[in-house]
Amino acid sequence: MSALESDPDGLRDDSQEGVFSVVRQPVRHDSAVKHVTGQAIYIDDMREPEGTLHVAPGFCRQIARGRFTAVDLDPVRAFPGVVTVLTAADVPGVNDCSPSIGGDPIFSEGVVEFWGQVVFAVVATTRDAARRAATLARFEVVTETPAITVADARAADIHVLPEYRFGRGDVEAVLADSPKRLDGRMVIGGQEHFYLEGQIAFALPGEDGDMHVHSSTQHPTEVQHLVAKALAVPDAAVTAEVRRMGGGFGGKESQASQWAVIAALAAAKTRRPCKLRLDRDDDMVMTGKRHDDVAEFAVGYDADGRVTATRMDFYARCGYSADLSLGVNDRTMFHADNAYFYPAVRILSQRLKTNTVSNTAFRGFGGPQGVLAAERMMDAIAVETGLDPLEVRKRNIYGPDRDVTPYGMKVEDNVLPEIIAELERTSDYAARRAEVKAFNSRNRILKKGLAFTPLKFGISFTLVHLNQAGALVHVYTDGSVHLNHGGTEMGQGLNTKVAQVVAEEFGLTLDRVKITATTTGKVPNTAPTAASSGTDINGMAAQIACRQIKARLVAFVANEFGTPEDQIAFRDGQVIIGNGSVPFTEVVKKAFIARIQLSSAGYYKTPKITWNRDRAEGRPFLYFAYGAACSEVTIDTMTGEMKVDRVDILHDVGKSLNPAIDIGQIEGGFVQGMGWVTTEELWWDDKGRLRTHAPSTYKIPCASDVPDAFNVALYDSPGNREITIFRSKAVGEPPLMLAASVFSAVFDAVASLKPGVIPPLDAPATPEAIMRAVTAMRRAEV
Amino acid sequence: MPVDSPVVPVALTVNGKPERLEVDPRTTLLDALRDRLHLSGTKKGCGLGQCGACTVLVDGRRVVSCLTLAVMNDGASVTTIEGLGTPDALHPMQAAFVACDAFQCGYCTPGQILSAVALIDEGHAGSDEEIREHMSGNLCRCGAYANIVEAIRTVAGQEG
Ligand code: FES
Ligand code: FES
Repeated sequence: MSALESDPDGLRDDSQEGVFSVVRQPVRHDSAVKHVTGQAIYIDDMREPEGTLHVAPGFCRQIARGRFTAVDLDPVRAFPGVVTVLTAADVPGVNDCSPSIGGDPIFSEGVVEFWGQVVFAVVATTRDAARRAATLARFEVVTETPAITVADARAADIHVLPEYRFGRGDVEAVLADSPKRLDGRMVIGGQEHFYLEGQIAFALPGEDGDMHVHSSTQHPTEVQHLVAKALAVPDAAVTAEVRRMGGGFGGKESQASQWAVIAALAAAKTRRPCKLRLDRDDDMVMTGKRHDDVAEFAVGYDADGRVTATRMDFYARCGYSADLSLGVNDRTMFHADNAYFYPAVRILSQRLKTNTVSNTAFRGFGGPQGVLAAERMMDAIAVETGLDPLEVRKRNIYGPDRDVTPYGMKVEDNVLPEIIAELERTSDYAARRAEVKAFNSRNRILKKGLAFTPLKFGISFTLVHLNQAGALVHVYTDGSVHLNHGGTEMGQGLNTKVAQVVAEEFGLTLDRVKITATTTGKVPNTAPTAASSGTDINGMAAQIACRQIKARLVAFVANEFGTPEDQIAFRDGQVIIGNGSVPFTEVVKKAFIARIQLSSAGYYKTPKITWNRDRAEGRPFLYFAYGAACSEVTIDTMTGEMKVDRVDILHDVGKSLNPAIDIGQIEGGFVQGMGWVTTEELWWDDKGRLRTHAPSTYKIPCASDVPDAFNVALYDSPGNREITIFRSKAVGEPPLMLAASVFSAVFDAVASLKPGVIPPLDAPATPEAIMRAVTAMRRAEV
Repeated sequence: MPVDSPVVPVALTVNGKPERLEVDPRTTLLDALRDRLHLSGTKKGCGLGQCGACTVLVDGRRVVSCLTLAVMNDGASVTTIEGLGTPDALHPMQAAFVACDAFQCGYCTPGQILSAVALIDEGHAGSDEEIREHMSGNLCRCGAYANIVEAIRTVAGQEG
């Protein structure tokens, strides 16, 4: 099958063939030199205008759930350096900073729904004064019993959103008829983003009630809207801007807004520039995390280990409000198949309300939880049947006539068979499986585990209207280009990739393209930079803008030189005109004199997607990204310590726009996923206080956690089957889920203790979790 | 800070340049560098001594500048990322970080680079394993570790 045959929309697509000089090259990050010399400016690095004030949020430290009947803020106001204190009464507009569904007050008006919920904000002359003063408020409270865990919320039957389900077939009947059946349950932990640059916003008041907010956000448009709503001014009076973030990972998609709104409220009230930068502890306590889930499943399968039917239930801890929980938990469901065909299937998701911070987007947006449950099912079937776990996986992956997902979308672009075959060879899986067995029979205390997991990840926002993007491109008369688009840079290299597209289109070198800060004043009504779609949609919008300008230039040149339009091209800084050429700069100058418009706004909307959530039908994704990983670990069955020995990855990015950036995303995503499934454990006490609120108690991967052998390669793709920007594929989120292989490898190591018994291993596989599973294995009857 | 808190003088040599400051005695070296000297290349990741983003060299040794007070370093010589090299004349470690794509968001990068420079001086760049061990105080949430280690290995190889 040719990967090129699909062009059903008849869109002009010349991006597959040809010689490229800028795209598909491993060009370095646009800010590389600035990063290594400390010249890259993050919001906290901006030189503060005179009179800048600092803002710190305050909360009621006594309770996770209840009411405060009185607040004494006098000690706060009396603290030296304090200029004013903001509460709900200081919000001229609507006291809400939720992304869409509501339920997230900027300042609590009396009800406390989690420990850390903001009640007021201190505005002071120094950050230190604001922070110290924020701890001095006195509350009289009425305490209620908080629901902290999934179990608490299930017992109380409280939800932030209604249950949702989809599937097909008579699952119970097929389960009953299946030759074999097993039931399983696992806890899947959450994850703190720990973006190294914490949440920050800097608001500058202008004339006429205008407000300019620099916000470390993945979603400037939402910040703009929420600031306007809180200040009771039109959206047009507010500009939100971000040049770069020091990491986002989903944690700045909806949850950067509150801090921007509070900074803006402070700036509006004091008429002075106001900066709010969250302390690390406050950041961890006050901002949401990856949802943790309890997954329960029943699966029927035949003697060959092929699934006949499955029922999968996900119970997610959403925290106190809906936030993005609808989309996140839907995506858990969309990825509960990972790469496997379930003939009869029913997937259910409950969105439980707990008195904890509102959980939110995190790289993978719920998908990883679904993937981990699917992989557990495969591992459990392997244990029960005695088959090699990779063999079970291969028998269950999508294939001809087994190619419809539980939500009805046909898998048309499956490259997993090739990816699996190649990685199986390059990782030397079979020989290493034998070595691991031999090692385990020789060693009593140390046990090795090996696992090979595939991945299929759907690309597009499942909320259809978000799949649109804009870009603004200006060509100046010296031939330099100004680029702006709606996406935000958080380290993923989006700006570099979009600039590559623009340079390629005009036949210029990258240094002729000026990347500029994302701002709602240039490109309005944007989607968040999320769902891995940043390059897909903004790259397309930029390309469209360039092509609009090029079309005008081509018509002008054709007329001027009497050359047919199809003999005009842009290459090497020249406009190629028939057999001759003229420097791009000359053409641009002439075009200006001839009154040709050299600026354009490009707009793109993703084709083909038709998902209808109410009816649970249609197509949610334009395409799938694929990959596979093979991980080997060693565990110590006396202490629970674990080491990742080797990882091999083969990942599909279509035709890579920038192989260096893509490899970096794959490595980084994998390492982050590895942290999620191994060391990163969030822990709330029974009063609802987050006890893991600093890096001393919350362990993200460090350099020494990275495996000795870490081999990452790009799948040699013929190009995305769908028409995407230069036939590339999105890469931001998918690689995180390749870390499921680490979790499965730990499972495999524990399983080696007693063949035939399924280890009750929960995620993250911390030393404690490993020891619990090991102990259970030792006690288990075969 | 309370407006009437006493200030104390502190003399530092920062990137070769003598600096005299009057600071609140509780001011960390990090805040003195960032807020008073406007050397914003040194980042604050946690303010708790646990992430390494604020690493600078004090008399050639690597120090997390959020955990040491400015006054405790009176008379010391401090090197920040701005003093290591310039865009036109990068320090070999800076050049290696660029060549190896040893960053993504860049927020941990200044701290990683200063830590890496000190690590080579300490003689801890003998193997990848040793590099990883001795760089474990510098967190990178973007997970650029493989490239960071590669960059350090490259420089260590050239020097050693
Ligand atoms: S900011 Fe100093 S170690 Fe994190
Ligand atoms: S590059 Fe982002 S934290 Fe290291």
